[in-house]
Amino acid sequence: MIEIRNLSKWYSAFQVLKSCSLSVKRGEVIVVCGPSGSGKSTLIKCVNGLEGFDQGSIVVDGLNVANKADLRVLRTKIGMVFQSLELYPHLSAMDNICLAPMVVLKRSRAEAETRARALLARVGLEDHAAKFPAQLSGGQQQRVAIARALAMDPVVMLFDEPTSALDPEMIKEVLDVMTDLARDGMTMIVVSHEMGFARRVAGRIVFMDGGEIVETKSPQEFFTAPDSERARAFLSKILDH
Amino acid sequence: MGPLDFNVVIRNLPYLWEGLQSSFLLAAIAICGGILFGAILAVLRLSSIKPVALAALGYVNFFRSVPLILIIFWFYFLVPLLLGRATGPFLSAAIAFTMFETAYYCEIIRAGVQSLPKGQINAGIASGLSRIQAMRYIVMPQAFRNMTPILLTQSIILFQDTSLVYVVSLRDFMTSASTVANQELRLVEIYIFVAVVYFTICFVASRFVNTFSYGFSR
Repeated sequence: MIEIRNLSKWYSAFQVLKSCSLSVKRGEVIVVCGPSGSGKSTLIKCVNGLEGFDQGSIVVDGLNVANKADLRVLRTKIGMVFQSLELYPHLSAMDNICLAPMVVLKRSRAEAETRARALLARVGLEDHAAKFPAQLSGGQQQRVAIARALAMDPVVMLFDEPTSALDPEMIKEVLDVMTDLARDGMTMIVVSHEMGFARRVAGRIVFMDGGEIVETKSPQEFFTAPDSERARAFLSKILDH
Repeated sequence: MGPLDFNVVIRNLPYLWEGLQSSFLLAAIAICGGILFGAILAVLRLSSIKPVALAALGYVNFFRSVPLILIIFWFYFLVPLLLGRATGPFLSAAIAFTMFETAYYCEIIRAGVQSLPKGQINAGIASGLSRIQAMRYIVMPQAFRNMTPILLTQSIILFQDTSLVYVVSLRDFMTSASTVANQELRLVEIYIFVAVVYFTICFVASRFVNTFSYGFSR
């Protein structure tokens, strides 16, 4: 489904990604973790072309990300959820969800709204359709953002630290929605430090450090027997507190 | 100079009212045109295509560096020349004001657009919108909401500046008043009245701006 090969990227002299390769099968859930500045966010932003890259290739569902002509079609198939939520503050929850389906997929308002209602119900917010983002809690906003991404019927979902900006008591409601999504067979790449979620839901865990993919392992292996010293150091920092 | 006689104002009210209507119409055209073209110019100014951005910047710098009164003069002579027929001062003044104000509105709108977090446009683009669509549906509506107070303030200044069409004898409020003042030899009364009218309109409008700014602050 997603084929990342030898991806490298530089910010002038600084190399943020060093020949990263990752192959994600349909329905697989990948959790990417690693210290901040390790290139995790940059890597998933390359998958939908929000960030460019200098070497290597990414193919998603048969479409090449480097091909500008395919990029917009590709983006309609890839849903993305951001750390900073990024709901549109001037639109209601309903209109946030309906905007892209109506503008990009040319769906009628009635059609888009029917679908949006179903999605709001799926994330447990059917009663909040008319509310504006400022009237919703952080966790609710992030669930609307997930519904918004799903409204385009994506084949892949990217999550860029979806719970990092949330208050602790709201993290679970967002992770629950993501867990449901994974159980339903969505292909997902999740950048996250939620190790409980990773343990329960991830098919594989990708550990990045200094722009490299250091290891790719099943959760079982990663948490009990990481190969690298760097992964061990990272795990001890985030697990032992 | 005898005692003040404000009857002269009342006698000439219909004539002055006609002038004031011209002022309003001219300001309204320049505000609508200026904001519309200003928004387009702002998008060009922020374009990633260098020559386009530079051309837009050139336009802005040019119109902001030349006195408005000169622009009004130029267009008074230029517009009939370009159109190949006599046009009268209103059309040329309307074009002059619109083009001049476009430069100012452009800068206000550009600043408003740039003040939005980049994540908003990324969220739109990630969902398949083109850059233009993201501007149209996500960035501009928010930017305009933040900018409304400044846009209104600029529009009040614009309304005051319409009095400059005096130099091309366009019969706006100021020019009409001047005509009456000279005919009736009642300069003091008429110009006091003109000042009161401009003050009232602009003061009320600026109060309106204040309530607007409170209403919008989140």
